[in-house]
This record gives sequence, structure tokens and C-alpha cells, in this order.
Amino acid sequence: MPTVSVKRDLLFQALGRTYTDEEFDELCFEFGLELDEITSEKEIISKEQGNVKAAGASDVVLYKIDVPANRYDLLCLEGLVRGLQVFKERIKAPVYKRVMPDGKIQKLIITEETAKIRPFAVAAVLRNIKFTKDRYDSFIELQEKLHQNICRKRALVAIGTHDLDTLSGPFTYTAKRPSDIKFKPLNKTKEYTACELMNIYKTDNHLKHYLHIIENKPLYPVIYDSNGVVLSMPPIINGDHSRITVNTRNIFIECTGTDFTKAKIVLDIIVTMFSEYCENQFTVEAAEVVFPNGKSYTFPELAYRKEMVRADLINKKVGIRETPENLAKLLTRMYLKSEVIGDGNQIEIEIPPTRADIIHACDIVEDAAIAYGYNNIQMTLPKTYTIANQFPLNKLTELLRYDMAAAGFTEVLTFALCSQEDIADKLGLDISATKAVHISNPKTAEFQVARTTLLPGLLKTIAANRKMPLPLKLFEISDIVIKDSNTGAKNYRHLCAVYYNKNPGFEIIHGLLDRIMQLLDVPPGEDKGGYVIKASEGKTDEPNPELVTVSGGGYTLFFMKLVILIWDFRKKGR
Amino acid sequence: MEPGWRWELSAVHHLRLRRHTQDDDTLSPALRLDTFKMAMHSPVPVAELLLRRLEASDGGLDSAELAAELGMEHQAVVGAVKSLQALGEVIEAELRSTKRWELTAEGEEIAREGSHEARVFRSIPPEGLAQSELMRLPSGKVGFSKAMSNKWIRVDKSAADGPRVFRVVDSMEDEVQRRLQLVQGGQAEKLGEKERSELRKRKLLAEVTLKTYWVSKGSAFSTSISKQETELSPEMISSGSWRDRPFKPYNFLAHGVLPDSGHLHPLLKVRSQFRQIFLEMGFTEMPTDNFIESSFWNFDALFQPQQHPARDQHDTFFLRDPAEALQLPMDYVQRVKRTHSQGGYGSQGYKYTWKLDEARKNLLRTHTTSASARALYRLAQKKPFTPVKYFSIDRVFRNETLDATHLAEFHQIEGVVADHGLTLGHLMGILREFFTKLGITQLRFKPAYNPYTEPSMEVFSYHQGLKKWVEVGNSGVFRPEMLLPMGLPENVSVIAWGLSLERPTMIKYGINNIRDLVGHKVNLQMVYDSPLCRLDAEPRPPPTQEAA
Repeated sequence: MPTVSVKRDLLFQALGRTYTDEEFDELCFEFGLELDEITSEKEIISKEQGNVKAAGASDVVLYKIDVPANRYDLLCLEGLVRGLQVFKERIKAPVYKRVMPDGKIQKLIITEETAKIRPFAVAAVLRNIKFTKDRYDSFIELQEKLHQNICRKRALVAIGTHDLDTLSGPFTYTAKRPSDIKFKPLNKTKEYTACELMNIYKTDNHLKHYLHIIENKPLYPVIYDSNGVVLSMPPIINGDHSRITVNTRNIFIECTGTDFTKAKIVLDIIVTMFSEYCENQFTVEAAEVVFPNGKSYTFPELAYRKEMVRADLINKKVGIRETPENLAKLLTRMYLKSEVIGDGNQIEIEIPPTRADIIHACDIVEDAAIAYGYNNIQMTLPKTYTIANQFPLNKLTELLRYDMAAAGFTEVLTFALCSQEDIADKLGLDISATKAVHISNPKTAEFQVARTTLLPGLLKTIAANRKMPLPLKLFEISDIVIKDSNTGAKNYRHLCAVYYNKNPGFEIIHGLLDRIMQLLDVPPGEDKGGYVIKASEGKTDEPNPELVTVSGGGYTLFFMKLVILIWDFRKKGR
Repeated sequence: MEPGWRWELSAVHHLRLRRHTQDDDTLSPALRLDTFKMAMHSPVPVAELLLRRLEASDGGLDSAELAAELGMEHQAVVGAVKSLQALGEVIEAELRSTKRWELTAEGEEIAREGSHEARVFRSIPPEGLAQSELMRLPSGKVGFSKAMSNKWIRVDKSAADGPRVFRVVDSMEDEVQRRLQLVQGGQAEKLGEKERSELRKRKLLAEVTLKTYWVSKGSAFSTSISKQETELSPEMISSGSWRDRPFKPYNFLAHGVLPDSGHLHPLLKVRSQFRQIFLEMGFTEMPTDNFIESSFWNFDALFQPQQHPARDQHDTFFLRDPAEALQLPMDYVQRVKRTHSQGGYGSQGYKYTWKLDEARKNLLRTHTTSASARALYRLAQKKPFTPVKYFSIDRVFRNETLDATHLAEFHQIEGVVADHGLTLGHLMGILREFFTKLGITQLRFKPAYNPYTEPSMEVFSYHQGLKKWVEVGNSGVFRPEMLLPMGLPENVSVIAWGLSLERPTMIKYGINNIRDLVGHKVNLQMVYDSPLCRLDAEPRPPPTQEAA
């Protein structure tokens, strides 16, 4: 869940009133946000780097607000305020308009070289914008939030914003060999080739995370203006030439990416959020993007879509009885301008470009429920009549657990993931013989494989409990995983028990086995269709999981595989 | 009978007494063992003598005085007092402590034979004595310097055969001996504080604390005593002697002997209770015995797009071997693909290029909702549709950053209801019943976002201890984009909720670090000591952390 941090006083100023922390927390909760933390820059620095570094930092109160991952329109102060004001019916949702420029339209031409690396681009212009320091910071911060979330760390979409007055169109979005790209990037004083930059940024804590997106490609994406000035090398860095400042008046925005839909959403979000500060509020100047196939599109789309939902459907899905008019009012409060039409039961809902999360009627139903107030909904019990059944394997497990404890053994609960060493080397087995499934991306050795036997967990439990009085009698009934040629991998439910004492006590673990068989109603003796115990072929001195195996009684019917183990540690001198 | 055996017996008996009787522990166990033996086994038991004297006395008697009268060690009398006390109300004994001055061994020698300096003085003849000779006397060294400082003697260093010592005075008073004799005669109080302390510094006098008992008759006083029985034996029952025997009262303050037993793991005790709750509510258990799942069932089937952050290497364990799922229901897969990439079923879809390779990737399931998806898919294949209530509790895996409350694997509890016309109100109603069974009654619902439920709501409960609302679960109505491709009828809604098993267990058992609850590093004592799991019972205040 993304967290947006906003200055409290600025927020209250924009909301036109103040709240106590509790009141604001309550408002967030109602709206589906969470006031996660109340802090300040000073507090954050002091927590992370100590009081000394924090000295002199701002102690302006910050609200950190958790925003649902699909609400890109709430990722900045401007969006939060607009959403809350509309929710509290203090303002009407603004209508965003795309307008044609008085002069020539800005053009971005995509060349076909981009096809293999980052084929999509969209663009727009914010004309006559008026920044302040706070607005400018919010503008930069929103891009960062979008990069981290919907843009999937710039892999899907990367945003570049430029001072249009320093550039001259038309712009070209192309891809070139890294050695052929040379420009002065943001915050650097001289020009570098793309190759050099990639090296420099390897040690940049922020940018190093994005290098992998293009690093091994033969061509790197790059955007030029008509004079050959580099606007940006997406998704890594913008050029310094067109950098925006607090004083920038006209902004050219380009979004490049591998996901066209998301690029369009990202552009829509940026322009809808910040056109608020344009001379003509909430209007965005169009830009034309020409694709390699010659087709040309105008962006931003700023599409308003109409959806039709029946009022009784909303009532039925939520479990309320509201009039269509009331429902339309509720939806309008959620930034979805709605009106009752037709037979009086139909509600027409206008989905604004800011609400890309609304993709189905169920999303509209949810917003009606939120505006109604989840906690105002009458709770009722479904009349669904059903007879409960236990999963047979779990039922048997439950029964057996209690009787294992009744037999004096204590239940342990160990991890299903472990190291290769745990299930192979340490048990004197070769890893290839274990038929274990292997994890491709473990962060540590503890998570290399899924266990193929419960034994390592029990032995490690004993090792961690050497101070406990002897004997230790432990058991676990749980699943192990074995590679399977049919389905790929399969769980097997195992029972494993260990007896740990100064003397081996084979008869004790043997007795437990006999007791388990008795509980399972399997008689001893092969001739009676019962169980037999045979020495297995494993080296007897090793704690081989197959040392003593039990068969008989048709217990495969229960998908039970019993492996009872005995191993005298002391002999091994451990 | 071997004496050793007898010793053994009385020692064992004594130990039992110690364990089960309350008495004040003024004496060390070793000493008590001794006195007990003396009291019980001397020819005329001291205890008997004590009782006889006590009968004759008016009021009571002092243990030290009695010892002096009987001419025996005080400890023997104390032992008798103790053993009589153990019999109940025969006597009453009040512990008294008195301070007394006593001579040390050296002090007694001086009281008898005079101080070292006096002895030196006396040993010098009128014609004097060679200093070297004097030093060889037992009291020589100490006595010489004291006699010198008392100016009783002098040394002539000019004598022909080495230094010679002569008397200076004709006679002297041996004050030290006189004072010590006073103390010996019980008249220490006649000495001044300064004199006593000087003698104490010379280690001739010591102040000792004497613990004595003032013994008086008890409510059940009798001179004929019999030992109280600690256990009822078959012999006593058959002979009827139990009627006349006194029995030792039980000591309920001591700990009993815990039975030898096996124990169930606390987390799994809680799991049993959750299973029980679901069964009571008519929910059928879903099979969840597949830790390995395809991305398809874990994500795609749930309408979770392929670029979703949860599908990142950083959040999910993917498999190297077997890397890909072998079998997927291909016609269903096609419907899922279309819904993701183009929409349908009333949905806009996500409008991206859906890849089968991505769906085939095997992983360790990140939630049991994958098992719910499989169960719902199976349900959809059965015509006509029948309403169901499902639950599961099993392990899930996350490749996340680990901390005190997060492990790479944990248990997820999930409930699912599928029926015609289910509402958000139904979801809240069933959650209320479910949480009431957990003893949680104050609930609040917060709008939330889950990729596969819409509407979604987080469940909060008011935590009395923390004095704030804490999240206790997540819930929602499964999206039509998830249900309709499975083949479920359009008017069927599926409501679901989930929570972790570990969190309520940690709260229940007052455990702060998840590693103290799950895994091989847990302290088995915690498992041994964990109480029953009664989720609906009033929680007791969390125990203070104590070392095992």
C-alpha cells in the first residue's frame, strides 16, 4: 500500500478547515485511507540517522497516509484534497478538459527502433502553470509515487517532465546505441555517453535500481528535440537542459513504456492533478504522438466513460435499500458523477479519467457502499444452509495428534522450507536422491528447498532444547513436498517422532509405532494383512529416513506415510 | 539392619516432611537432618524429656536453659522442638534470639591460665632471661610486646650474651584475665563498652546470637506422642488403625508433582479451535495439501494482473525445479487470459498482453486463496450450482523481509461462502458471528483494496490493552472477473475473509516474537506450559516475560 506524506497545515488549508488528529483519522477510515503516522522531517531523520543529523531539519507536522494501491488519483496532496472535498460535498468534482493550442500542436514522433525495447510513448503540455515550492515538491513527489507503484519501478512506464520553453519541437522518441547517446544529465555538470552514465549510476542509490531495465539491450531509448537536445533517456534520467524549476511556466510531459494502457493512465493522472495550477484551471494542452506505422494519436486521452448500473443491483450487492436518487448522490460523492435516467431505476455513472480503477460495475458498487458507510450497513446472516465436512486427511491428523500427545509425545511445529544441507548432507543423503523441489530465488540458505522429511526440523528442535530435562519425546504431523512427474510436485502428510535420551531406547519408539498401528486399527503381521517392520537398506549408523519403514493396512488410502525414526545422537558425539 | 540403610530411611522420610510441611527454615537442611535423627533415635528421646519437663513447668521453658539442665547440646533440644512442632498442636514454640558475649577458645585459655603478657612476666626470674629464650616460650611474642607496653618488663641490649629481659615491677594485676573471667561468669555487663571491644579486637571475646525457643504447651498437648501419618496405607484400612492415627495435614502451598504427559503445540491448539469454529458454523474444509502452486491458480485465476507487485521475485518464492506447472485447464485458462487482456463479463479488463509462460511459473503459494480458487472452479463444474461454505487453514509462503512478527511462512485462515444474492451485509454478518466465537465483539469495517475482491473491507477490532482499533482480518466479495470465467452463474456471489493464525495466537499466549512460537528454536517449556486454547474466554493479562 503506497504511503503519501503531506504537510498537515497545508492539507488543512486546502481542505478549508482544521481537524484534530482523531477527527482526521476518522475521516480517513471512512474514506478507506489510513492515517498511518504523524511525524515530521526532523523526527524521521532523527529516527534514521540520529539527533545530530536531525538538528535544523524542519519540524513541520507531516501526515503519512496509506492509500489503496489502485487509487493513483490519491497519491498527492492535490488528489487527496480533491477526493476528500468531493466526498464531504464541499466542492463539485472538476471537469478535466483537453484543449488544442492556439499555435502549433507539440508533436512527438516515435521511430521504429523503439519497438524492441520500449515501444510506447504519450505526451501532453501543461500551459501557464504557477508553481510554488510546495506545489513543485508535490509535482516531483507524485512522479516518484507513480514510478514506484503503477509504473512498477519504471519498468512499465517512465515519466519525464520538461521546461517546454527551453526546447523546440517536434520531438523524436527513438532508440540508439548507448555509445551514440551523449548528453548532460540532470544534476551533472558535463556531458556523458550513455555507457558512461550507466557506470556512474551503478553506485547511485536511487538510480541503480532502474539500470537493469535497459542495461543489456543493444539500443537505449532516447528523446530529442528538433535541435538534437536530449530531453531524457528513459527510464533512467532526464537531460539537464530542460529541467523544470519552481519558475517553469510551460511543462512538456512525456511517458514512455512497455504498457500502453498504463502509460495513458499515468499521463492522465499527472495532468489532472496539476492542471489545477494552470492559468486555465483543469485544462490540458494536447500533444500529438505519431507512431512508427504513421498513425497519429492525441493525448492526454482524458476520457470520460459512461456506465449504466441498475439501482437495485447496487442495493442487492450491498444489502441496503436506498432510492436511485440517493445512490446517485452517494456515487457523486465518490467522484463518480451520477444521475438517475430511463425508467427511474437506472443510474448513469460518469467515470472520470482519474478513476482508472473503475473497470467493472462491482467497483461502482463498492464506491456506493463506501459513501453509504460500511459501518452503517445492516448486518445479516446468509441463509445458506450447508452441512460441514472435514477434509479426511486433516480429520485423521487431528485425531492422531491428540493420541500422540496422550502417548506422552510433545508436538512441535517446524518450517516447511529449509536448506539443501538439512535434507541431504546432514542426513547422509545426496540431494539428487531426495526428489526435493528447489526454490529459485531464496534470500538465504534457509529457504532453498521444501522439506522432503520432517526429521531435520525435529532434530533441530532437540538441538535448540539441550537444556531441557531428558528424555525428549517429540512428534510432528505435517506435510512434506516431493517432486512428482505427473503434477510437478506433491504434498505428502508425514508423521515423524523422535525419542531422545541418554540410552537409545529403541523399544520406546518401537512401542510408539505399535501404538500408532493399534490406533489405526492395523494388526501386526503380514499374514493378517497387517504391518511388518523391516530394516531398510540405508546405512544403519546414519539417520536415514527410511531406516525403519512401515507398510501394511492399506494406509495409502489415507495418504498417510508413516516414517518413524530412531537415531542415537550420542553415538555420533553430538 | 545396616546403619547406613537406617540413615537413608530417615533421610528420605525427612525429605518428604520437608517437601510437604510448612515450617520456618531457620536451620540449614543438613543441620536439620542431624537434629532430626538425634531427636528420634537417642535412647530416651529428647522430645519425650522435653514434654515431661514442659508438663511440670508452669507456662513454658527455654530451649537453651533446658539443654543446660539436661547437659546436652542445644541443637539436640532444638531438633526435638522441631519434630514436635511437626506433629501439629502438641507444643507451641516461639523463636527468640538473644545476643551474648562468649569467650573464644583463646579467651578461655587466658581466663584459665592468664594473659600472654602475664605469663611472660611470670616466666622472668629476678636475674632476667635472655630475650631469645623468652621468644621461644608459647606466649613469647605476643606477651613480650604487651608486657613491654604495660611497662612491666625492660630489655637490656648491652648484656654480654645478647639482649636480656628483666622485670621492672615486682608484681602486676592481670586485668585481661580478670575481665575474661567476669564474662565467663556471665557478668559481661560489668565491663565497659570500650573494654569489651578491646577484648573483641584481640579475638578473645565474641558476640554471638543465640536462637532459642520458648516452648509452651499446645492445644493438643500430651506427653505421649505418636508420629503423624503422611499417607493412608492399605494396612491401616484393613486393621482399622487409621481410626486412631493422627494424620498430617496437607500442605496446599507446595507444588504437586506434574504428571508425565505429552503436549500439543499452542499454535496448532489454536488451529484446532478455528477448525472447530468453522465446523460449528457449517463450513466444509477445502483440501490445501499443495504448497507448490502455479502462478495461474495463485494469481491469474484471481484476476491479479501479471505485472502486480506481489508477483515480484521480492515477494514470492518461485521454483527452479519444477519451474513450470505441467497441467492447467486450458479452456478455462483461455477465458482467464481474455478477461485479463481484453475484459469481458462486464469488465474493461487490464488491457495488457497476458502471457501463458508467466501463468505456468511454479511458486510456493502466497495465500490459501489459490486453494479456494481451485475449490470454486470445481464447484462451478458441478451443475446445477449448490450453495457452499468452505474454509481452510494451512501454510502460505512469502519471500519478504523477516522481523519479529513476520516469517517466510505462516498459516492463513480463510472462509468462503458462495450463494445466490449474497450482500456486503451478509459478509459483515457472518464476520460478526465468526469473530464473536473468537471472543471479539467490537468490530469496525474499513474500505480497502484487494486485487481479487470488490468490495473489499478490512476488519478492525477494538483492542482493550492497546486502547486502539487493530486490524484482525481482511475480507471482500470476489470479483466477477474471477468467478465468471470459472463458470459460476452470474447471480452467485462469493464472500470471503482471511486472517493469519499466528497473530491471534501471539495475542492469546502473550508472545511478542514469532520465533518464540514457531520453528525449531522454540523453547519446549513454552509448549509444555501452554494452557488450553479457549478463544471465547476472557483473555487473562499477558504474562510477564520470565526465564524458563
